[in-house]
Amino acid sequence: MINRFPVWKNVIVVVVLLVSLLYALPNMFSQDPSIDISGPRGTAVAPALADTVKSALGTAGIAFKSVEHKQGKLLVRFPTSDSQLKAQDVLAPVLPDGSTAALTTLPDLPAWLVAIGAKPMYLGLDLRGGIHVLIDVDMEAAVDQAVDRYSGDMRTLLRDRKVRYLTLTQTGTALDIKFADAESLAQGEKVLADEFRSLAFNRSEEGGSFLLRATLTPAEVKQIKKFALEQNITTLRNRVNALGVAEPIIQQQGERRIVVQLPGVQDPSRLKELLGATATLEYRLVDTEHGVEDAVAGRVPAGSKLYKDRQGQPVLLKKRVIITGNQITDATSGVDQRSGAPAVFVGLDSQGARRMRDVTTENVGKPMAVVFIENRTVTRVADGQQVKRKVLVEEVISVANILEPFGRRFQTTGIDSPAEARDLALLLRSGALAAPIEIIEERTIGPSLGQANVDRGVRSMIVGMAGVVIFVVAYYRMMGVLAVVSLLFNFIVIVGAMSIIQATLTLPGIAGIVLTIGMAVDANVLIYERIREELRLGNSPHGAIHAGFERAFTTILDSNLTTLIAAVILFSFGSGPVRGFAVTLFIGILSTLFTAVTGTRALVNLLYGGRRLARVSV
Amino acid sequence: MEFFKKTPNIDFMGKRRIWFLISAVIVVASLLSVAIRGLNWGIDFTGGTLLEVHYAEPVDLDSVRAALDASSVGGATAQHFGSSRDVMIRLAPETGSTEEQASTKRAQQVMAALQAATPGAELRRTEFVGPQVGAELAENGFLALLYTFGGILLYVALRFEWRLALGSILALLHDPILIVGVFSLTHLEFDLTVLAAILAVIGYSINDTVVVFDRIRENFRKMRKESPAEVINSSINQTLSRTLMTSVTTMIVLVAMYLLGGDMLGRFSLAIILGIVVGTYSSIYIASALALWMGVSRKDLMPVKKEDLLDQRP
Repeated sequence: MINRFPVWKNVIVVVVLLVSLLYALPNMFSQDPSIDISGPRGTAVAPALADTVKSALGTAGIAFKSVEHKQGKLLVRFPTSDSQLKAQDVLAPVLPDGSTAALTTLPDLPAWLVAIGAKPMYLGLDLRGGIHVLIDVDMEAAVDQAVDRYSGDMRTLLRDRKVRYLTLTQTGTALDIKFADAESLAQGEKVLADEFRSLAFNRSEEGGSFLLRATLTPAEVKQIKKFALEQNITTLRNRVNALGVAEPIIQQQGERRIVVQLPGVQDPSRLKELLGATATLEYRLVDTEHGVEDAVAGRVPAGSKLYKDRQGQPVLLKKRVIITGNQITDATSGVDQRSGAPAVFVGLDSQGARRMRDVTTENVGKPMAVVFIENRTVTRVADGQQVKRKVLVEEVISVANILEPFGRRFQTTGIDSPAEARDLALLLRSGALAAPIEIIEERTIGPSLGQANVDRGVRSMIVGMAGVVIFVVAYYRMMGVLAVVSLLFNFIVIVGAMSIIQATLTLPGIAGIVLTIGMAVDANVLIYERIREELRLGNSPHGAIHAGFERAFTTILDSNLTTLIAAVILFSFGSGPVRGFAVTLFIGILSTLFTAVTGTRALVNLLYGGRRLARVSV
Repeated sequence: MEFFKKTPNIDFMGKRRIWFLISAVIVVASLLSVAIRGLNWGIDFTGGTLLEVHYAEPVDLDSVRAALDASSVGGATAQHFGSSRDVMIRLAPETGSTEEQASTKRAQQVMAALQAATPGAELRRTEFVGPQVGAELAENGFLALLYTFGGILLYVALRFEWRLALGSILALLHDPILIVGVFSLTHLEFDLTVLAAILAVIGYSINDTVVVFDRIRENFRKMRKESPAEVINSSINQTLSRTLMTSVTTMIVLVAMYLLGGDMLGRFSLAIILGIVVGTYSSIYIASALALWMGVSRKDLMPVKKEDLLDQRP
């Protein structure tokens, strides 16, 4: 039978429409101002906290809609953003220390929609307001630090094994160790190659010099960089969590970049304080064997380095790093039991603990220092050219005597105030960054602008679609109505798909949807123009409809596939807003192919199929 | 309602030389404008700091500029965008101190100065783009253009024929050049959004071209007696009402976005509107005419004869 669809095709059309409609539905519901409470460093909160929160809000007389415990978080909904803001102040003192209460909005969905996992589209920062920051990780510094660590480890190992060497110097990512004779060179190589399997060793015995060169293998360099990036992401995530922001995004971008997005945050200064503290910590022994005066006069002993403390006084420290910030697993501020002075309690990972124990056992009674290393980028203009220079600030923040050997847990005292102890603990706790970072891009969108963007986008979408509807119906009459129905269908599928995959909707994304709607008519136009042509050629109405759909299909496929190529490339090269456009364009094209070809055909068949036809209204 | 009661019969190919000439003139003019006037690059590409400030009352730029001059921040430019209550302030990339910290400090200084002059000035948006990122965004944008062209060239060559592929690419090149030319002449800001619009135009324009090519291929197989020029002519004529129809519907939504969508969607839609005007023209004239000029003929587009193994079986 001509122009009848098999049942399964109709079923597919109906199922796709229903599923899309269902998942597009959450976008129609209003958003509740809410507070999202999570435990210290993202840990779960006790369900019992819900009662505490309820009674606190009740005492303060603040109206709230509901308090629910979900996935270890407490979600409190409010009728107005006014009560939400008041509640934040009220709740702060009653929540356990270290937990965060973040302002957010939650869709007010009925339970059955929540049950099927339906969520509204994820709005990009340009639509909800917030801060976007792109961070560059200094990989060269990460590699440098690793080489530094190796050089310290080698010195220790050679000394422990009583292998005599002349000098150990760093050239780029390689270490050169000079020996006095062939025997000690062979011995040294054996010892070192045994211990440091990730390094490549080369020896040369030319002109009476016995040189061993240890190089980082490319695999090792890659590994170091990977670790540095991962460590920094974790650190940033911890630091950002301390800010108390709902749904923060911290993601790797490319090989050395990190994107941080904080929806709803307006003031970038607090974030920058945390991010800007691009600090690394190092614990080093104080060199007590040599005089500081000699070093200040320029005679710095090999294996030691001259630092300054916060008052500008010189301090001579051993070059060998005991542990670095990334070996710190935990740090809390508190009060020293014995003296009552503010203190920071520090926990180390097993590797760090072992080293710390080794070093402190050997050096009881000797002073140990914490060095704070900060990286800054300075741009200067020289000869009309911008010259960027990295400035390294190294500062000894505390020197304390090792009272007894310690490993995994220890405390640092000698801190001026409880506030300083808290700051230091936060820095230590969130882990120092494995490599210095620099903010290279920052965008802040105010919430009012976000709302304005939503309004503008929606308004132009409604007006644009209305215009298309009027024009298409006027031009194609009955068939035009069908095209409009399939257009609405298309729109629902796009919104449903975006909601299901939780793709980010941005302002350019809205433009992508609007543009897709405008261009989607093209498929219908191709079909209808074909039908008109066939009718002019004297075909029967049924024959014309059939031929119109058949012949137009390859054209529709060809033209949409080429646009798809553009969308895919836009997605892979674009960043931020451009990507949002590419996503909707991509989804829009696929949805158009389905709705305009299969959807319209189903409608046409429903209307005209299986009955005698004198004429077609096209 | 129909644009044409019957299939029109316009001699497109006959006048192709005139249109080639016009296109060539416009392309050269665009390139000259870019070379002489340059482009008003957005901070996406140049790096720098941008502040968007919203006032409760309409504000005139002279007072904003006076406030900026009075502040200690140098090198700031102000302009209205969208409405007389919205002002965009751009700061050139800072030099001589810590880049990112300075950018925040300068933004704060600017806002302090503006709020002192007009209480109630609201900071709606700030952007800071480091010069390094700007260079990368520009490079990625350029690469995206290149790969899009490559991808389309390959697709059309595989699906159709290399002459048609080359014709469509040259027609495609023509569209972004014109858009860039207009942005250069009008000194409208050229940022990532506009670049995305150009890529969308490429998608749209190739869409148009492919529809015409599809018809050319079909007609070459059907119309055995006519010359290539005649075949191409009637193909364009047959698809003309579709080409116009699609341009009109797309134009409706674009005009809605241009008028109601605010500054960013406005520039985005302007670029596409321009692109659709020239894209429609270029796919009609440039793509097909170039293919004709390169000597596309019937035998290039005949279906490959089926000489399957099946037929050779005894």
